[in-house]
Amino acid sequence: MPEGTLCNRRPITTEEELKALLADKGGATYYKEMEELDVDTEKLWSTLQNSCKTRTRTWLEICARCGMCADSCFLYRVNKNDPKQVPAYKIQTTLGEMIRRKGQVDNAFMRHAMDVAWSQCTCCNRCSQFCPHGIDTGVMISYMRGILFSQGFVPWEMKIGSGMHRVYKAQMDVTDEDWVDTCEWMAEENEEEWPGLEIPVDKEDADIMYTLNAREPKHYPQDVAEAAILFHLAGENWTVPTSGWEQTSLAMFAGDFSECADSVKHVYSAIERLRPKRVIGTECGHAHRATVVEGPYWAGLETGLPPVEYIHYVQWLAECLREGKIKIDPAKKIKEPVTLQDSCNYVRNHGLGRYTREIISYIAEDFREMPDIKEFNWCCGGGGGFNGIGKYRKERNVGLQWKRDQILATGAKIVIAPCHNCWDAIRDLEEEYEIGIKWTFLKPLIIEMAIIPDHLKPAEDEE
Amino acid sequence: MENLFNILTGPCLYIAMAVFTIGLIGRFVLYFLGLDWKLDRVAYKAHMGQGLKGGVHSALKWLVPFATHGWRSQPLAAIGFFLLHIGVVLVPIFLLGHNVILQQRLGFSLPTLPQGVADALTILSLVGLAIMLLRRLLLPNVRILTTGQDYFLIVLVLIPLVTGFLAVQGFGDYKALMLCHIISGEVLLVLAPFTKLSHIALYFASRMQIGMDYAIKRGGRTRESGAFFPW
Repeated sequence: MPEGTLCNRRPITTEEELKALLADKGGATYYKEMEELDVDTEKLWSTLQNSCKTRTRTWLEICARCGMCADSCFLYRVNKNDPKQVPAYKIQTTLGEMIRRKGQVDNAFMRHAMDVAWSQCTCCNRCSQFCPHGIDTGVMISYMRGILFSQGFVPWEMKIGSGMHRVYKAQMDVTDEDWVDTCEWMAEENEEEWPGLEIPVDKEDADIMYTLNAREPKHYPQDVAEAAILFHLAGENWTVPTSGWEQTSLAMFAGDFSECADSVKHVYSAIERLRPKRVIGTECGHAHRATVVEGPYWAGLETGLPPVEYIHYVQWLAECLREGKIKIDPAKKIKEPVTLQDSCNYVRNHGLGRYTREIISYIAEDFREMPDIKEFNWCCGGGGGFNGIGKYRKERNVGLQWKRDQILATGAKIVIAPCHNCWDAIRDLEEEYEIGIKWTFLKPLIIEMAIIPDHLKPAEDEE
Repeated sequence: MENLFNILTGPCLYIAMAVFTIGLIGRFVLYFLGLDWKLDRVAYKAHMGQGLKGGVHSALKWLVPFATHGWRSQPLAAIGFFLLHIGVVLVPIFLLGHNVILQQRLGFSLPTLPQGVADALTILSLVGLAIMLLRRLLLPNVRILTTGQDYFLIVLVLIPLVTGFLAVQGFGDYKALMLCHIISGEVLLVLAPFTKLSHIALYFASRMQIGMDYAIKRGGRTRESGAFFPW
């Protein structure tokens, strides 16, 4: 069969298409159509020839097939050392095979490749640290997701996610108007407790422009308020853009790299418009990866750097605590044992592990590291889009076991997870396995513990 | 017979060594020419100095036994790997017998290993090769990856090692062993650039690339160890 009405090779471009896809509960019709979707083998082969070049081809060719990547993969480990979960096997039998067959593959092959790309790899890149040849299977799986996306073999939620970005310039249906309303609402809601609290919108030449994750205004507007309170406490001159505020990129998880470019350019255009001294992104891992680490390349910047200094929330927070812009009340430090989840996207892949640890040194009395830390820490179990795909929920829940056991080994009661994906995965693992832990972002913890200077406190009685 | 040996250690040797050297250098150079900052998403040119630091560090650190998390996490593989590679790199280059031919043919030679050391390294190489073969045969996670080429290459490396060793030790028919040793050795040299043996050069290329990637894009500016990823 040629392309289906829902499952096809065309990305979502209109709100109607998006709504039609959303109306297909659980993607039942979508996946049925996928079983019939033809592979455009000619296009597949030409795409591979144009984009699969020296680095990737050499990786596939010189793989020593030594299996040293096996133990580095949590999905291999939690699936009882299933040899089919060895990273090298996963990529050689999918992308490697696609190339060896010069794109002559069928529907069943592509659906299998989709299962591998989205349910057997979270693109955490840990295996790249254990391969003697420095082969990064996570990078190749991510590349293959792009190939699969272009052929229409992409999980339902991922197609929706990429469509959201294309239609709303956000990962959820939050329009710029909704966003500005939320800012006003949150400022009003909290100004009694925090006199003078503002969420300055579109202020030019501020010291800081703040960008975030659409689910914060959509589902946790309190998070937006918390960010405002902390900037207020630290006395920062900051702003948020009316447009270009959404930092995340489900398009990256989906393999929709053309939308990745559009999304990041949209954020960068807000930077150009408002000329902030620097930009700070929220407590999210993949958002940082998408706008700060990979983003400059999608936007075509030869320096490989964002247009201005663009830092992660934990870098800013560490700086505030270090410089005393925000002071912690020693009596309020966390007494319970605490552990920390390192987000692959900004710790392994951007070296920020020292900032989270610095923050914890100011706020926790009993900090316990997990067995493998910083660059060598393990994926939360739900990264790379794994959390959000209903079709692979069972596999994801098995995947969570590795993090569960790591947390149990620390004896910690609180897991600090300054990343939306990690936070979700840890919430879900508590729900699934009930190990009696709490999980949290940093913002609410810091507000709870900060010393509030008198001039920022609400007046006792009005004059 | 004398003639055959002269041809094998003369023109054939030159051709084999030329294919080996030019082939591997060619692959190494083509690798770097083929890198693409946009496709790889690594700003190689913009941060060349930082990249080279990370790249060279990444290639060298993995050459030190047990220096990396990777080697420490797989001690058996590490032992097999280093036993094999130390021997197969050092012995062919610094063996007295090889250098005699070099002197005769090309008028120069390299320092040589005492024969006892060369023998010991050869035996250790064979032990290493056996460990790597056993991993392939016995471990399900390695067996599933193994292809015909992997076994073929093990045999290709094994033949010159064993025949050379036996000939030197005086086992069997010296002339037949030497003939086999020279031919298999030259076949190995010729095939190296076109098989996975190309890792002789491409190991350095690929390891440098991942080192540059982590140094330039993935945290080299923010990590406490700077350009040097803590492999």
